[in-house]
Amino acid sequence: MKSAVIVFPGSNCDRDLAVAFEAATGVKPAMIWHRDTDLPADIDLIGVPGGFSYGDYLRSGAMAARSPVMQAVAQAASRGAFVLGVCNGFQVLTESGLLPGALLRNAGGHFVCRDVPLTVENAQSAFTSRYAAGETIRYPVAHHDGNYFADDATLDRLEGEGRIALRYAENINGSARNIAGILNDTGNVLGMMPHPERVIEPAHGSTDGKRLFDGLVEGLLARA
Amino acid sequence: MKARIFVTLKGGVLDPQGKAIHHALEGLGFGGVNDVRAGKLIELDLADGTSDDDIDAMCRKLLANTVIENYRIEKVA
Repeated sequence: MKSAVIVFPGSNCDRDLAVAFEAATGVKPAMIWHRDTDLPADIDLIGVPGGFSYGDYLRSGAMAARSPVMQAVAQAASRGAFVLGVCNGFQVLTESGLLPGALLRNAGGHFVCRDVPLTVENAQSAFTSRYAAGETIRYPVAHHDGNYFADDATLDRLEGEGRIALRYAENINGSARNIAGILNDTGNVLGMMPHPERVIEPAHGSTDGKRLFDGLVEGLLARA
Repeated sequence: MKARIFVTLKGGVLDPQGKAIHHALEGLGFGGVNDVRAGKLIELDLADGTSDDDIDAMCRKLLANTVIENYRIEKVA
């Protein structure tokens, strides 16, 4: 099983995500610099990490979304590789068009950094198969631009197609319909603001995030 | 040739920055401000002969996120 984590200038959760991938897959992921144009052949799983790529210049994720490696990520996604974007990674995925909508400045104007309760909306996806629908889990969030926005038609489509993976149990940032994480139309790309990679070991205070990575690996093995 | 690109949030898109500026103006004692919306001005210094289509493409592909923003191009002689 081959995994990779994309590294942009200003990424700061790339190594945390790599630890989570390695714990779940048993193999160290390739760390791919944003100027690279190729991913390892037959890549199964790609992580787009949190952080502040390019210092959030222009818009959060805007510059990273146009970096050379993102074309390779889009190609891998189109042939079915799993892509997980966390926090800034979610912003990069919306900016690159791999996911719909956009992430605006938090409605309250404040950076929000704390553990938040989330409701698992769709437990059928490869990313959420180890959770139960309606289950409440807790992941940490740490973001300034996590206010999910899309027009009503897009939101209705996401709801209708079961593409809202996670919702905030309490609205912490103004997100439309409490959206914390969404899937693409083929279910192999997930973007989310909360950080599952920060809750994978008992020493983290919770292992709620571990099930996401374990479920992904299970899905990949079942597909192989 | 120069062009100025004005990028503004679409109507209905929340602008916490504009709100904060509004509060700060009120804090300074300025009454009568009904609303504040903040945007961006991007100045481009372009090779002569850059086409309008190219400038428009720059806006659509990078300078503005048309999911949430509008843009206006002003060419300066």
